[in-house]
Amino acid sequence: MSALEIKNLHKNFGGVRAVDGLSFVLTPGKITGIIGPNGSGKSTLTNVLSGMAAIDSGVLIIGGEQITGLKSYEAIEFGITRTFQEVRLFEQITVLDNILVVLTERGVFKSLRSARGKMHEVRAQEILERIGLWDKRHQLARQLSYGQRKLLEIGRTLAIEADIYLFDEPFAGLAASMVKMLSEILIDLRAKGKVVVLIEHNMELIRSLADHIVVMDNGQLLAEGAPASVLSQHNVIQAYLGK
Amino acid sequence: MSYLINLASIFAIYAILAISMNSITGYTGLVTLAHAAFYGIGAYTTALLLIHGGVNFFVAMLAGIFLAGVVALLIGSVMSKFRGDYYILGSIGFLYIINSIMKNWDSVTGGPLGVAGITRPALFGVSFAENLPFLLLCLTLLILVYWLAKWIVSTPFGRVLKAIREDEEAIAVFGYRTKHFKLLIFMIGCGMAALAGGLFAGYIRYIDPSTFTIVDSVFMLACIIVGGLANVRGAILGTAILVMIIEFSRLIGLPADVAAQLREVIYGVLLIVMMFWRPQGLIGEYKL
Ligand SMILES: Nc1ncnc2c1ncn2[C@@H]1O[C@H](COP(=O)(O)OP(=O)(O)OP(=O)(O)O)[C@@H](O)[C@H]1O
Ligand SMILES: [Mg+2]
Repeated sequence: MSALEIKNLHKNFGGVRAVDGLSFVLTPGKITGIIGPNGSGKSTLTNVLSGMAAIDSGVLIIGGEQITGLKSYEAIEFGITRTFQEVRLFEQITVLDNILVVLTERGVFKSLRSARGKMHEVRAQEILERIGLWDKRHQLARQLSYGQRKLLEIGRTLAIEADIYLFDEPFAGLAASMVKMLSEILIDLRAKGKVVVLIEHNMELIRSLADHIVVMDNGQLLAEGAPASVLSQHNVIQAYLGK
Repeated sequence: MSYLINLASIFAIYAILAISMNSITGYTGLVTLAHAAFYGIGAYTTALLLIHGGVNFFVAMLAGIFLAGVVALLIGSVMSKFRGDYYILGSIGFLYIINSIMKNWDSVTGGPLGVAGITRPALFGVSFAENLPFLLLCLTLLILVYWLAKWIVSTPFGRVLKAIREDEEAIAVFGYRTKHFKLLIFMIGCGMAALAGGLFAGYIRYIDPSTFTIVDSVFMLACIIVGGLANVRGAILGTAILVMIIEFSRLIGLPADVAAQLREVIYGVLLIVMMFWRPQGLIGEYKL
């Protein structure tokens, strides 16, 4: 599995430099924690990496391939999948369909004739059992509790055979049992050699899960390295607490 | 009896329209009011090829479906740039353009006077000239369209349509080129509307631009909103209810022009009431 290299990445919104000359490498088989104050550009980075926001300048290098532009539907071709800070499910379809819909053929005409239904159902069952939602499979997504909705979003990414998983504050608002379930999922992905990105404000979780930390501030890289050393750095503490 | 046969025929034609609009609006979430234009394209193509080209009725109808598909491809490509309210407004714009072509391209469409002298078809020695066989033809095609719509939404393709309706950006990031999905369902839906148009031309034998206006599109929308968005049977149920309401307004003996205006008021009131009381319609599976 290959690394994702980010080189001098820029993304502006009008006058706001949401991502401002960011460079770092995301390594397979590691959980990279991205932390930073509110508005420091973490979600914007996720949007750019998943093709949901256009790259202003800079390159991404995946598997040796240089990418200067990425459409959102191309993200999975590069093995990238993601969750959203504000949950975005397909609300008025069932929990099961929320998973099945990402398992089927991508082509328009192929999706009309797709004959692999059984196989997909088996896979969907595995995933829903893993996140504890198999019993709720026939409910509409919008009928789930907040935590269940966040887990369903995680399930949707697990359905993709991705190389790079971008999780934007997946733990926020989860009950303790769900935190445990999700931690195990992340550790599992790491063991499978995936690139795992964890955006998180809870330092305890970051300390226990992340192998490597990237600190963002004002769209720039403030610090990176092993959690213990980075989190004790003076400038990092100030960026978080000083404002 | 002949009254009931006529009523059932018009019901079947409207039900095809409602089912076709439901595939686009109910399942995919694209609220279009251009539908009457495609209904008209089907009717005019069928009538004109039949009368001026001497083409067989069914071949002419197929040509109408094909032409509607091509026009839907063009219009759909432009509309794919729009979202939400802009989409609706864009669709109204295209409806007016096409309706004004019907009204003003006199040498081809007969202008405001329309096209008269449409004859009903025969197939394999069976004549559909009488009302009863023509009704059977309409019902057969309704069943075909019903089955096709049911099948489409049961495939993975149909599931993607619903996901597009719920969150287009989110499904796109999972690798679907949503534009292609929206275009294909738009073309299929508009093709079905053109089929209804061909049948309508054969049923009524005389067409003019006044049948293919925004009022007609709103009627179709009212059918699916009353019966139920994203439910094929709901579209049929809604059509049945609206057709009965129209007939009722006729039966209580109001003058024709009053009845016509009253009908438009009824569509409007129904839409408003449904939005307050039950936005997913009677048996629908999606709220706008
Ligand atoms: N679509 C957008 N349009 C305009 N400005 C945006 C947009 N998205 C983000 N921004 C701005 O970019 C900056 C970075 O925002 P971003 O959401 O990436 O921060 P974040 O680090 O994820 O914050 P949080 O911890 O609150 O989630 C902010 O100033 C934000 O207002
Ligand atoms: Mg954020």
